Amino acid sequence: MRAGQSTRRVSTDLVGIAVILAAAGIGFLLFPDNLALLTRIIALALLVLSLDLVTGYCGIATLGHAALYGAGSYAAGVAAAHFAISDPLLMTLAGITAGAAAGLVCGLVILRATGLPQLVLSIATVYLFHELANKLSSWTGGSDGLSGISPSPLLGLFAFDLWGRTAFGFGVALLLVVFVLLRILARSPFGMLCRGIKEDPLRIRSMGASPYRALAKMYVISGAVAGAGGALNAISTQVVGLDSLSFTLSAEALVMLVLGGTGSLYGALTGTVLFMLFADFVSAASPFHWLTMVGALLVAIVLFAPKGLYGSISDYLARRRGTA
Amino acid sequence: MSPILEARNLQKAFGGLKVIDDVSLRLEPGDRVALIGPNGAGKTTFVNLVTGNLRSDSGDVLIGGASVTHSGPAERAHRGLVRSFQVTRLFQDMTAEEHLALAILERDGKTHRLAGSYRAMPQVMREIGILLSTLGLGTVAHRKVREIAYGQQRLLEIALALALRPKVLLLDEPAAGVPQSDTGRIEAALADLPADLAVLMIEHDMDLVFRFARRVVVLAAGAIIFDGPPQAVTRDQRVREAYLGSYANVRRAH
Repeated sequence: MRAGQSTRRVSTDLVGIAVILAAAGIGFLLFPDNLALLTRIIALALLVLSLDLVTGYCGIATLGHAALYGAGSYAAGVAAAHFAISDPLLMTLAGITAGAAAGLVCGLVILRATGLPQLVLSIATVYLFHELANKLSSWTGGSDGLSGISPSPLLGLFAFDLWGRTAFGFGVALLLVVFVLLRILARSPFGMLCRGIKEDPLRIRSMGASPYRALAKMYVISGAVAGAGGALNAISTQVVGLDSLSFTLSAEALVMLVLGGTGSLYGALTGTVLFMLFADFVSAASPFHWLTMVGALLVAIVLFAPKGLYGSISDYLARRRGTA
Repeated sequence: MSPILEARNLQKAFGGLKVIDDVSLRLEPGDRVALIGPNGAGKTTFVNLVTGNLRSDSGDVLIGGASVTHSGPAERAHRGLVRSFQVTRLFQDMTAEEHLALAILERDGKTHRLAGSYRAMPQVMREIGILLSTLGLGTVAHRKVREIAYGQQRLLEIALALALRPKVLLLDEPAAGVPQSDTGRIEAALADLPADLAVLMIEHDMDLVFRFARRVVVLAAGAIIFDGPPQAVTRDQRVREAYLGSYANVRRAH
């Protein structure tokens, strides 16, 4: 029984890896001239996964999650533009570190409150980060953006080409590594503790655990993931703008997460892909009305599939399996 | 013997209303104490003050002789003070097994591990197995809480408390809302509690109180009006006036 369960877990992980690889392959074949879009989807998927860790798994309301992503983006960018650290892996490491540090700072502030005040604090943090990046223009380029980022070849072998093949491949690899690590995290003792905190923090306290400490730790982990996404963005686009630290991006990330379904890694990935492809498709088809279409999609999904696309489908399948 | 739990002169008021008025209580290892009293007497408030879910206005709480007055519920739980809740508070999406694993891992300081699974820890699995079979929950080990019967949820509450290896156990109406057919199981679980554990139980079911308790404390209007053996409680004039009234008469008539 027990052995069976763990084999089943490993095999669902393998299915997840296979699905990500297949989606990447299909994307590569469908959009050979637009790999930049796919890489951007991956970078944002990392942001949405990171948001899912605190919102979906722990129940923290935040509209400021881009602060963590932007911190990673700027750290990778500044490392390359000002410190001549152009190795993409080191840039990613810088992004992860800065994201984790930003996660700690934001977490310690945001977790002081709950509910609406928490949401307001999260918005305040992203505005503060945004303003800080704007003011430190000698480092960040301010509103002009940070340029002069030219990553050296990946592992010394793969140069970042004009078509974005290397960046795309690097993004897929990064996403797979993060996905596997998060699957391990989700079923670890710590993941179980966070599920408990989401449902009933008071109960967890009376079992001897401190929700604040655990959530702060989750924020750091979440920051590392968002930071990796930010770094990927800096490496692939070779510029970092203030929009990577914006309230708008934070809100979009939440929309993507809700579209896919909170509390599951697959939901976060589904939502990001769906939102980005839909937005790309309708903005090309109808440049003036695309936002309206995105809004309509959102309303439709929230009304008819309140648990998000992935959440509702997996619920439906589970029910059918239950009755069968 | 020195007390394992001591509440000294606890006071708590909500607005102008004194809910707990200078209440002191000592529990020693192995005690089986029932805390009874009419509705609104302050029983649950008292338990919340002792566990740290509420802050007292004045007074002290000591566990094993050390003051925990300024510690929160988590710290008190780590020192061996564990409670169950009047209304079951379990994690709806977790299985019975996961509940116990979480409690055991927290007790052993392992809930901050980022990898691995309790299923790969033989000692944890063995302990879960023992707890589940002691409380007759073996058949629902892998069911989520929202799928199991309420009586079994109450039993899981007790198992969860025991998994934390408490020194003092506060049970808030462990049999409340349980169908008659399941109360036997809960009583058996209560009878099987470790001998050196100090237990304070809030309970309305007087039959259960008389079978379980070796000492009864009566709280009325926020103050203790009786503290003594169960046989004496029905004879006490003040208790009869405050609360038992009809019940004492019924018992005598038997």
